[in-house]
Amino acid sequence: MSTTEVLVKELVEKNGRTRNSLMPVLQGIVQKENFLSEEAMLCVAKELDLAAADVYGTASFYTFLDTVPRGKNIIRVCKTITCHMKGKDEIVNTLSSALKIKVGETTHDKKFTLLTANCLGWCHKGPVMLINDEVYPDLTPQKAMEIVEEYSKSTH
Amino acid sequence: MENNLKKVDIIFEVDEKVSPISVLDKTLKRSPDEIILDLIDSGLKGRGGAGFPTGLKWKFARNEDGDTKYVICNADEGEPGTFKDREILDKVPEKIFVGIAICGYVVGAKEGYIYLRGEYNFLLKTLQKKLEIFNNELKQRNFDFNVYLKSGSGAYVCGEESALFESMEGKRGEPRNKPPYPTVAGYNSKPTVINNVETLVYTTMICHIGPEKFKALGTTDSRGSKVFSVSGDTPIPGIYELELGMPLHEFVNEFGDGDAKAIQVGGASGHCVPRKKFNDTIIGFEGIPTGGSMMIFNSTRSMYNVLHDYLEFFTEESCGQCTPCRVGCQQLLKGIEAVKRGERPPAYLEDLKKLTGTMKIAAKCGLGQSVGNPFNSIIDNFREEIIY
Repeated sequence: MSTTEVLVKELVEKNGRTRNSLMPVLQGIVQKENFLSEEAMLCVAKELDLAAADVYGTASFYTFLDTVPRGKNIIRVCKTITCHMKGKDEIVNTLSSALKIKVGETTHDKKFTLLTANCLGWCHKGPVMLINDEVYPDLTPQKAMEIVEEYSKSTH
Repeated sequence: MENNLKKVDIIFEVDEKVSPISVLDKTLKRSPDEIILDLIDSGLKGRGGAGFPTGLKWKFARNEDGDTKYVICNADEGEPGTFKDREILDKVPEKIFVGIAICGYVVGAKEGYIYLRGEYNFLLKTLQKKLEIFNNELKQRNFDFNVYLKSGSGAYVCGEESALFESMEGKRGEPRNKPPYPTVAGYNSKPTVINNVETLVYTTMICHIGPEKFKALGTTDSRGSKVFSVSGDTPIPGIYELELGMPLHEFVNEFGDGDAKAIQVGGASGHCVPRKKFNDTIIGFEGIPTGGSMMIFNSTRSMYNVLHDYLEFFTEESCGQCTPCRVGCQQLLKGIEAVKRGERPPAYLEDLKKLTGTMKIAAKCGLGQSVGNPFNSIIDNFREEIIY
């Protein structure tokens, strides 16, 4: 069995073999593998006795359930109005040139993916970004760089 | 300058002597019908934005037959400019749990769920721990009820109640046709009460302080207080609990930077109020209702950029199942871009306004229906900024 198959079986055991478990199962895969591979989705379809198209249909609806390969660390900079007003463009541009990738791309070493996101719910402390599940409010370009550097050091 | 703005401390108040669980104990000694009457009497309306009377919602669900019913806490706070639920989830989660449990007792449900937006996953671990403790407390009291956590995955539309049920059922978050309403057929097609985070805390607090004290706040149409998320051009952005029914100019005096030209009340899907209307705008159900988002724009801001941001947001977050919303949002965005570039005459804005009218009638859910709110209020009040 591949590691993905093992993971899917574990998640299905934990969450139950029903359609209602589909979201937690898909979320669990993304947590471990950063995205939903074709193999993972087919495996989920088999385990939950669903059509593969159904699994893909659900997965492709949600921004956080990526169906294309992503880096180990996913950076999401909030781009909605108040963060826009507080300078999210500078944050995005700084990270983009530091990581040498455009928004939507992943670094060659697969450590980082740079994305923008709709309102993250920190409008009073913008600009803000998420790295995986962690939140970083009150950003300046300098601060954003330092945070990403920390991740860069701790990711192997 | 005179200021009558009344700050309130109900939601975040921590009373060492009265724990949330003791409020539950006290409330469980009363009959469900008494609790419903108190809630109706209090005048509490939903704090998520739509403003449905909470007591009535609970009553409808209680009156439904069937052994399986659900209580769901809508913590899918995604409206741009809104962040108060995150603070409530972070600071006083026990008050939310108690609200869910009281609702379960009233309607006869055995399961409660909190649907937490994926963007707030950093709260998951702590909430999970606190829920385990809470569920244990319920078990010790032989109260057959459990609260579970569900996580969203980054879809604004899942804040719409029926889309949220679809998401919990492992499907695309596409809103359903209504009726049937959730109190008849919600999660798993069973009778379901779905309330906003803040609403559930108010139900706990009304059970604690009684409807009279709550009713004493606010106005006839807008009873009580409300937690506001204040952002944008203000020296003091943050979360404030204020009495409902305040005139907008009092709010601006307190929170503006002295140069406020417009306030977006109710988030991206709300209304934009220009300076000349600050004096005769009331924040409440008799004036402009709000889920609590108050975004302040000063004279340095381009309202074209503001509207453009909103329309990009709706274009991306529209679930795409109904044509009026999917195509409508795209065309509104393309439309104002074309007018700005001079490729369309200014009069084209009138056509676009008609399109928002169609969306209001024909779109399946609140997302598409309300895009006209920001669109028309910005076009009507800042027309020259959109064109030139």
